[in-house]
Amino acid sequence: MSATASMLEARPARAGHRLSRLATRLRETTCSRSRRRALISYGVFAAIWQLGATSARWLGHPVPVLSNLPPPTAVLTTWGHLVLERGYWHSWLTSFVRVGGGFAAAVIAGVPFGLAMAMSRRLRGIVFPVFELLRPIPPLAWVPAAIIFWPTQELSIDFVIFLGAFYPIVLNVLGGADAMDERLIQVARSMGASRWNIFRRLVFRAVLPSTLVGMDVSIGITWEVVVAAEMISGGGSSGSSGGGLGFFIWSSYVGGSYPQIIVGMISIGLAGYLSSAALRRLAARFLPWLEASA
Amino acid sequence: MSLGASPARGALRIERAVKAYGRDGARTLAVDDCSFDVAAGEICVVVGPSGCGKTTLLNAIAGFHSLDGGSIHLDDRLLCGPGRPRADVSSERIVVFQDGALFPWKTNLDNVAFGPIVQGTLSRAAARDKARGLLADAGLGGYEDVYPSQTSSGVRRRIEIVRALMNDPAVLLLDEPYRALDALTKSVMHESLLELYVRNRLTVFFITHDLDEAIFLGRRVVVMTARPCRPKAILDVDLPYPRTYDVMGERRYRDLVQEATTAVHEEAMRAFDVGDKEGPS
Repeated sequence: MSATASMLEARPARAGHRLSRLATRLRETTCSRSRRRALISYGVFAAIWQLGATSARWLGHPVPVLSNLPPPTAVLTTWGHLVLERGYWHSWLTSFVRVGGGFAAAVIAGVPFGLAMAMSRRLRGIVFPVFELLRPIPPLAWVPAAIIFWPTQELSIDFVIFLGAFYPIVLNVLGGADAMDERLIQVARSMGASRWNIFRRLVFRAVLPSTLVGMDVSIGITWEVVVAAEMISGGGSSGSSGGGLGFFIWSSYVGGSYPQIIVGMISIGLAGYLSSAALRRLAARFLPWLEASA
Repeated sequence: MSLGASPARGALRIERAVKAYGRDGARTLAVDDCSFDVAAGEICVVVGPSGCGKTTLLNAIAGFHSLDGGSIHLDDRLLCGPGRPRADVSSERIVVFQDGALFPWKTNLDNVAFGPIVQGTLSRAAARDKARGLLADAGLGGYEDVYPSQTSSGVRRRIEIVRALMNDPAVLLLDEPYRALDALTKSVMHESLLELYVRNRLTVFFITHDLDEAIFLGRRVVVMTARPCRPKAILDVDLPYPRTYDVMGERRYRDLVQEATTAVHEEAMRAFDVGDKEGPS
């Protein structure tokens, strides 16, 4: 708790600095050369897609693969209709709640678990072999078992998401602790720090950067897992809008609405990007010393 | 000595210290039959070929590992020795490491304030006030609110020494603290260390390879043999403190450096000859 308190204390002094930095960054991203290149890249990508998808009309015969796609204009039109529908946003919400729940559970369980293994060689010796045995099993392979284990389908989806996020978090916490400079602990001991102090003020802090890396990796995996789990589990009792973005794509496929499939795909891409970006913002906030050295 | 009466604490007595590494088959003696005294309030500089076991000795004094034989006393109190293989780690002896060990996630001010806070001897606010005062005394007032990563390596070393002084240690254990610094920064470090030393008059146990540094800083310089490490020669540096860089022009200074160079060179050659068989520690 007081770890957070000390970070909060450090912040006001840096607020002005942070704001001016934000302004510079904004200017850099909007008029920089790399930004221009990114825009050109998006434009060329969309143009090739549009031309390829409509090739049957303007070229006389369809270009292989590309012509099977709905053109970006059709995708945008469909998207324009969908954003006005509650069901579409409900799919977003459903997936976000699942990812958030499974991910939060993985953080809550994984960080202390990793720290405990880092602090106690004995615990690590006992637990780690089982961990390593279970880790290679892909989260999706757990789906049937999870459905049997857990009383509701919702819980089984959450569980599979949890598994996807749990392993990278634990491994990164452990890796961060192993990579810690032992001299920091020696110096803290010689200044009279107790074992608890060393854990709270040193190990916990030293492990934060890699923990956040693990969380970043995990959040990506949770989106992969949630989509697949939703495709398997279906819409549930609340119909086509109750199944999250994964089921949204699946039902679009079954219903033959190809532009809608693409909308679903882009939506998941956006969702993953947004959660990853939120996590990085959080990281910058909790790791002012890394931001300072960057 | 120009510093007046010697302080009441900080005298080290190292007697027949032995420390070996490795298993029975391939045991390497790092320290063997090593005896010398460090008087309270003196800067004792230990020089010797690299890998000779100087750091092993320092770590034993700090309490980071045990001795296999012999004993170390601090002010007639047994730190480690027979029946007490390892000294307890305590803030009366603080180590400053080779490449610096400031906590990267703490600002420089909070790094300095760390000791009394975890010991519970000062409140957080009081510790920060004291740290602010010490940093200002050392001319480091401008570096309080930035992180070590934003601070130059020379300033980091000075802050680390201030962090050690914050705990009122009896002995400061410095393990080649200025090794990676350029010559200019080093000279600034030396003068600032001497300044702090003259003001605080604590015992300093200083390990280095740099013989100019050794003679410039040390009241006595202990030249170690190649592994296993034991004193080969002890030079009495009878140049008065406070010293400035002018001292380097004096004949006595140059003679002492020459004497130390000769002694170290012999050992370095010996270490080089056996180096292939034993490898670095």
